[in-house]
Amino acid sequence: MITQGAPQPVHEQTRSKRTALLAMPHATRIKWTRLAILLALVVFFEIDGRFFADPAFLQPPSAVVVALFDKILNNPQIVSAVLTSIVEIGTAYGLAIVFGFIIGVAVGSTGFARASFFPIVLLLYAIPQVSLIPLVILVFGLGPASKIAFGFSHGIFPVIVNVVAGMRNVNEIYLRGARSMGASRRDILRHVIFPHMVPSFFVGLRLSMTLTLLGVILAELYVSTSGIGYFARLFAENYNPAPLFALIGVLAAIALAFNGIVRLVERRLTPGKRATAAFSSRGVQPL
Amino acid sequence: MDRPSFATRSIQAAFLAIALAAWYGLTASGSVSRLFLPTPSSVREAFLALVATGQFWSAVRVTLTTIAEAYAIAVVAGLFTGYLVTRSRFATEAIEPLIAGLFTIPITLFFPMFILFFGVGTGSKVAYGAVYGFFPIALNTIAAFSTFEERYLRAARAMGASHWDTFRHVLLPGAFPLLVNGLRIGFFIAFASVLGGETLSSIAGVGRNIALAAELMEPARMYAWITFVVLTAISLNMLMSSLEKRVQRQ
Repeated sequence: MITQGAPQPVHEQTRSKRTALLAMPHATRIKWTRLAILLALVVFFEIDGRFFADPAFLQPPSAVVVALFDKILNNPQIVSAVLTSIVEIGTAYGLAIVFGFIIGVAVGSTGFARASFFPIVLLLYAIPQVSLIPLVILVFGLGPASKIAFGFSHGIFPVIVNVVAGMRNVNEIYLRGARSMGASRRDILRHVIFPHMVPSFFVGLRLSMTLTLLGVILAELYVSTSGIGYFARLFAENYNPAPLFALIGVLAAIALAFNGIVRLVERRLTPGKRATAAFSSRGVQPL
Repeated sequence: MDRPSFATRSIQAAFLAIALAAWYGLTASGSVSRLFLPTPSSVREAFLALVATGQFWSAVRVTLTTIAEAYAIAVVAGLFTGYLVTRSRFATEAIEPLIAGLFTIPITLFFPMFILFFGVGTGSKVAYGAVYGFFPIALNTIAAFSTFEERYLRAARAMGASHWDTFRHVLLPGAFPLLVNGLRIGFFIAFASVLGGETLSSIAGVGRNIALAAELMEPARMYAWITFVVLTAISLNMLMSSLEKRVQRQ
């Protein structure tokens, strides 16, 4: 399915040519509509914040931008707190991928291991980890370690689950074919199962990024004596919404950037998937 | 799902037994601080003492009410928005990526804003849980109604079905599995975010009590609360998935 350069089926080609003709104005129209919606929201909040809202609760976007430069990017403490959180997210994500992959391959390698251990993984995944924050902070302290641990414990489960699912979905015929041609267990893993696992693995990586971000940010906000949690609390309790919104905006941009990087890598490494429709509403996958 | 056999069941039981034995062993040998890991017996005692108090039940009631309110808002808003958006293909294509894109940002980031707007009472937790639960419900509703096979609708219309008939007998049954899926995910997200909100900043509820036990350095009590939450979540999960299986079999 990831064969490059293979001739496309004829109907596929004609369809893509037709959509290419139709899609151009349609796609731009959609892009502009989306932009207009966002712009309308900004204008709405600008007017509301300027003339109607209580400045202790809501400030117009222009004031937030001013606060971003005056109070957030100017403050070396906040900048270093934000940089620390980037390092925490990266570390937690890296650990989650490595360990998630190893555990996933171990659990998914045989039907017996999967039947034994996969239910345990799913059970642990179902636990609302938020209830464990105080414990994680108690064990790992107030510094970056606890945030990395909490991000890791959130991020690892989607990787395991999707690696196991990806290994299971390999068609039995391919396995039998490879075996009959004399492939060893290792050959089968390397040349049959792993290539088949790639799309599912990336679904896991995408979900894992969302959850790692969640874990790190939950821990950051819980610790209100230092880092981002401290400043968020400071601004909220002083009824100072402009810098609060600016800080949240910076973190949201970081979250979007991390998600964007994962998507970019996914698109680079799974060229086969690029052929799928530009628009498809997938809904939210449970696992 | 793989079918469980006697061998896999015994391995799972052994896993649980090893975990429990490790807990006993570590606390008995004293190699782990009691602050991090209290003895199993002290947790059991704390749990029994906790359940006997009226304070426990009032905290549970606060949390359950908050979850119920948040979920109700999320369901109504999510279904309504999802259905409205899919009435036009153009709106679906323009708006769905906005909602999906926003959902990739952890809504937790905006939690301080909820505290600012609604205070530290239950209001902020209701709003936070409702917003968080809204996204999966809306997205699944959009997916349920927009990936629908156009020819079914055309066939129904060709056979003279009214607007309501089409909705009742074609659109709704077809969309049902994804809708239920969204409602289930939305529930667990609302559940977890209300708990999380209470842990982060609140004055009452289960999450607040977990954080309080940690602040007061009462690990046995904290473990008792965590045990309660974990057991509740697991039984709710089992209940939901068995319900979903039954619904989808029909």
